[in-house]
Amino acid sequence: MSTDLFLLPFLAGLPLALLLPLLGGLLRLRDEWLATLGLAHLSTASGLAGLAAGLPVVWGAPLGALAGALFKHFAGQRSNSAYGLMILAGWATTLLIAANTALGDALAHGVVDGQLYFVGVREALASAAIVLTGLLLLPWLTPRLIRARLFPSHETANRLPAWHWHLSFDLLVALAVAVATATLGLMATFALIFVPAWMAFRLAPDWRRGQALALGAGLGGYVAAFALALALDQPFGPTLVAVLLIMAQLAAAPGKLDL
Amino acid sequence: MAGDGETLLELRSLVAGHQAPVTAPASFSLARGETLGLLGPNGAGKSTLLGAILGTARIHAGELWRLPGLRLRHLPQRPARPAELPLSGRELLRHMDACQLPPPPALENKLDSRIDRLSGGEYQLLCLWACLGGDADLVLLDEPTNNLDRRHTDLAAEEINAERQRRACLVVSHDPAFLDRVCTRVLCLSHEH
Repeated sequence: MSTDLFLLPFLAGLPLALLLPLLGGLLRLRDEWLATLGLAHLSTASGLAGLAAGLPVVWGAPLGALAGALFKHFAGQRSNSAYGLMILAGWATTLLIAANTALGDALAHGVVDGQLYFVGVREALASAAIVLTGLLLLPWLTPRLIRARLFPSHETANRLPAWHWHLSFDLLVALAVAVATATLGLMATFALIFVPAWMAFRLAPDWRRGQALALGAGLGGYVAAFALALALDQPFGPTLVAVLLIMAQLAAAPGKLDL
Repeated sequence: MAGDGETLLELRSLVAGHQAPVTAPASFSLARGETLGLLGPNGAGKSTLLGAILGTARIHAGELWRLPGLRLRHLPQRPARPAELPLSGRELLRHMDACQLPPPPALENKLDSRIDRLSGGEYQLLCLWACLGGDADLVLLDEPTNNLDRRHTDLAAEEINAERQRRACLVVSHDPAFLDRVCTRVLCLSHEH
């Protein structure tokens, strides 16, 4: 990990390990965590389509995620059925592109499984930019999202426009998922959104410490998985998922992490 | 501003509903410092009338006037309560800007608990205070004694009566005794259109 060869991939993924768990808490608050798997599949498909057209994955991936987020927002499709359709559409498109282009199966696997060790300056810059945007927006978005979940009539009752911050959150999630999918891979992205927030919702005594717990779990899991994957010569994505799941199991008292 | 009796809301022959009219024409005004009770049988449209004031139900006839810039809080019949959420009562009050008044002592002891670990009655009292403890001009309370036993009902009445001159309240309830305790006036709605 000390060599320059692995320093850039490590630094490209690190900010995402900070932002994704924080987004995961808000997505869980909105019962929308499954949407991220749909967005990740769509961004995988568009990333691969972009590759076929000669674009870097990190440029193509946001297109699918943004299309999914805009569909979800403007069509009012906030149900598990809609997210299920996104997952299926993204999966089918990814595999059909892989089967019918010169890129072949290997590239599709690269995007799905993660190709963190091969990311470059482009992905690192995109990752830093989206994390900076997220950290600037979250203090503004978080109280509004919590209030909207617990007192949904508040904005309407006070004649306050709410569409702009709902849309801002949807677009922030879409872009973060797209950049993370292009950098870390599909399932590693989903795991960083899902598992730390799941732990926080089970264990934290309040929101502030829940966010701290999720952030610690995300960063700790990422660093541990990166080191383990290198030391044991394993693929990064599955290693990260395994580490996060083990952390979740260890952090909970026996029997507390029932599904 | 407190207790100056300025009119905050006025309904003139207002008929509310969703696809079709539900309520009989209703006329009343509400001034700061007043607590108006709405009483009536099930199906008379009490909650629909609140919906028209909130903007979630349709006005089929009549007029609704609200003071421009009115700050409004609404306690629904069944406050949203996620099955699992690491949010303390204190954080909920902060996010609802409901920290202007000190919470009642009975509630203060529960504010550091997660809201998903409160009893139904405790959560109802917390949500009630989230509406009353801030700087709202008008508070709409839809069946605030839902889920409350006698002791919690007494606490709810104390919350509503606390610093009442700061705001106006519109309370929907099927419990005439409770309305008598907290309201300055009570209006009966009927089924007749």
